[in-house]
Amino acid sequence: MSVPYAKLPGWVEYGLVPLVNLAVAFLVAGLVVLLVGENPLEAAYHLINGAFGRGEYIGFTLYYATTFIFTGLAVAVAFHAGLFNIGGEGQAYVGGIGVALACLWLDKVMPWYVVFPLAIVGSAFFGALWAFLPGWLQARRGSHIVITTIMFNFIASSLMVYLLTRVLKPLGSMAPQTRTFAEGGQLPKLDWLLAIFGLDVGTAPFNISFLLALAAAFAVWALIWRTRLGYEMRTMGHSPSAARYAGIRESRIIVITMMISGGLAGMMALNPIMGEQFRMQLDFVQGAGFVGIAVALMGRSHPAGIIPAAILFGVLYQGGAEIAFEMPSISRDMIVIIQGLVILFAGALENMFRPAIARAFAMRGQRAAALAQTKGA
Amino acid sequence: MDFFHVLIVLLESTIRVSVPLVFAALAGLFTERAGVFDISLEGKMLGAAFAAGAAAAVSQSVWVGLAAAVLVSVLLSLVHGYASITQRGNQIVSGVAINFIVAGATVILGEAWFRQGGRTPALVEGARFQIVNFPGADAIRDVPVLGPIYADLLSGHFLLTYVAFAMVPISWWILFRTRFGLRLRAVGENPGAVDTAGISVIWLRYRAVICCGILCGFAGAYLSLAMTAGFVKGMTAGKGYIALAALIFAKWRPVNVMFACLLFGFLDALAIRLQGAPLPLIGRVPVQLMQALPYILTVVLLAGFIGKAIPPKAGGVPYVKER
Repeated sequence: MSVPYAKLPGWVEYGLVPLVNLAVAFLVAGLVVLLVGENPLEAAYHLINGAFGRGEYIGFTLYYATTFIFTGLAVAVAFHAGLFNIGGEGQAYVGGIGVALACLWLDKVMPWYVVFPLAIVGSAFFGALWAFLPGWLQARRGSHIVITTIMFNFIASSLMVYLLTRVLKPLGSMAPQTRTFAEGGQLPKLDWLLAIFGLDVGTAPFNISFLLALAAAFAVWALIWRTRLGYEMRTMGHSPSAARYAGIRESRIIVITMMISGGLAGMMALNPIMGEQFRMQLDFVQGAGFVGIAVALMGRSHPAGIIPAAILFGVLYQGGAEIAFEMPSISRDMIVIIQGLVILFAGALENMFRPAIARAFAMRGQRAAALAQTKGA
Repeated sequence: MDFFHVLIVLLESTIRVSVPLVFAALAGLFTERAGVFDISLEGKMLGAAFAAGAAAAVSQSVWVGLAAAVLVSVLLSLVHGYASITQRGNQIVSGVAINFIVAGATVILGEAWFRQGGRTPALVEGARFQIVNFPGADAIRDVPVLGPIYADLLSGHFLLTYVAFAMVPISWWILFRTRFGLRLRAVGENPGAVDTAGISVIWLRYRAVICCGILCGFAGAYLSLAMTAGFVKGMTAGKGYIALAALIFAKWRPVNVMFACLLFGFLDALAIRLQGAPLPLIGRVPVQLMQALPYILTVVLLAGFIGKAIPPKAGGVPYVKER
């Protein structure tokens, strides 16, 4: 099996292969639904209906998608430099500190458009800080980034429990959360955006950080494919030794990449904290950092792939809630299985179907060539 | 004497909580020494715990439970092996995937089969492991110093506890004194050389992954058949990652693995025992700091500030023949 994988046309490489992998992941998920004794087609109906059936549902779907765009971009940026940042979860959690501090400081005296930029900077700063240490340790001390970022997830979780139960909690309150923010700490909804399509956003917390997520996606594209830094990052991702020979300072790229990645993960905190709950609670990240891994793998680390992949996971989260409501034996944990299956088939087993697809294309190409020959004769 | 009593209680609970860590860290030792990184120890342990709880509840037999645990864990290992050895996929991605699939599947299947909110039914006496009392333990309990050590520390654990600690020298012997162990370690350092010697890298790595599955199965069975009477959702609670940390902390050596697990187990036991009570000399330590300490220690070690942890050289790299 030392034959290199054949080069495939772009639409197959970036369209067909991921779609086949995704389809297999959903087929296996359907088997799990069957095993539980429910009808997979009915589950699929509730999934689609729950995600798109009403303006409010679409609002929720896009709200979740916003979160996953940020964490997906975070993982993707690190992938480009050949780094596996598994610590998006912890970076997003710590990023929440920046959002909470900005809101707690200014929410009563300033309008949201003053607090929001500060919160963006704060969340990116704290997220980047939490990624800086693993990056620095990898660059200078050679510790494996996967292991350190896993450890930092757990350290972040302990740190945040400490902060929320001892420091950021208002006096006299028992619940481990900050106080509820006043007007200045609440982001406006994007109801007008859905209203253009004649949809009513209802109670869905679909807010302006969605636009920020889209801007971040564009910025990441520009960074990776249109700047010198992005070029150096990709060079290092393809071949660290080539990068070294080219005079690229490896440790500098590792640290900067990790900080950008952590900053993006940290910005995810804006969406739930300022967009939905208007306070920082325990475990507000809820696994979004890990969903980012699935999103980045499915989106092939390209922003144009990450946005649809994030929306797909938004559909799963929102539609999954509807399935859980309609079919009680399928709880929201079904999403976790699907997420795992997507990571398995789109990530670890991404090459499983490639030889078959490549063979099919080689055969078609031969037949076309043969056809052209007979015509010519 | 009061201090001594507290110490005995503390050490006893240290042993109790470190058993799954010892099993899981030794499991990781086998695969990582063979060059396959495995962050799915957590998922395998959880899957095994669920299988053990479910099978023991249905069959009312602890041995059927244990067998089911090992079977499920080995199957999950083979999925990881297929993805990372045969398909040459990213081993970390594969591990993450398995952790998620198991975390979701145990809840969904548990709820569908037993309808107890993700739990398996509480196990009755014959369907779970019983405490093993050494002969004469009660008789000499009152002997000062030696009595409590024999009666409470050495005696009075589950069968699997003794198996776990026996596995430490056994693993050492397998890895460092048998032909299989030598080849397994070689395949993690320089698979090309092993291949040149005419030994199948693929088959060796698969065997290492199966060893890992068996040991993770024991870890899971301990959780749901011994430590508690039945499976509770998410009951591994990050133990797989602590085991991974212990494995690195021990620099991939069996005896060190045991001590690292005991250290992390001790921190856990101490955190439960103290619950925010002040420590002598240091003062009041937040519980959260105690909980984070294993992870912090591992990061510090990895950074090379206390010794250097050098992983197997071919770890995480899929083997491609003749390139």
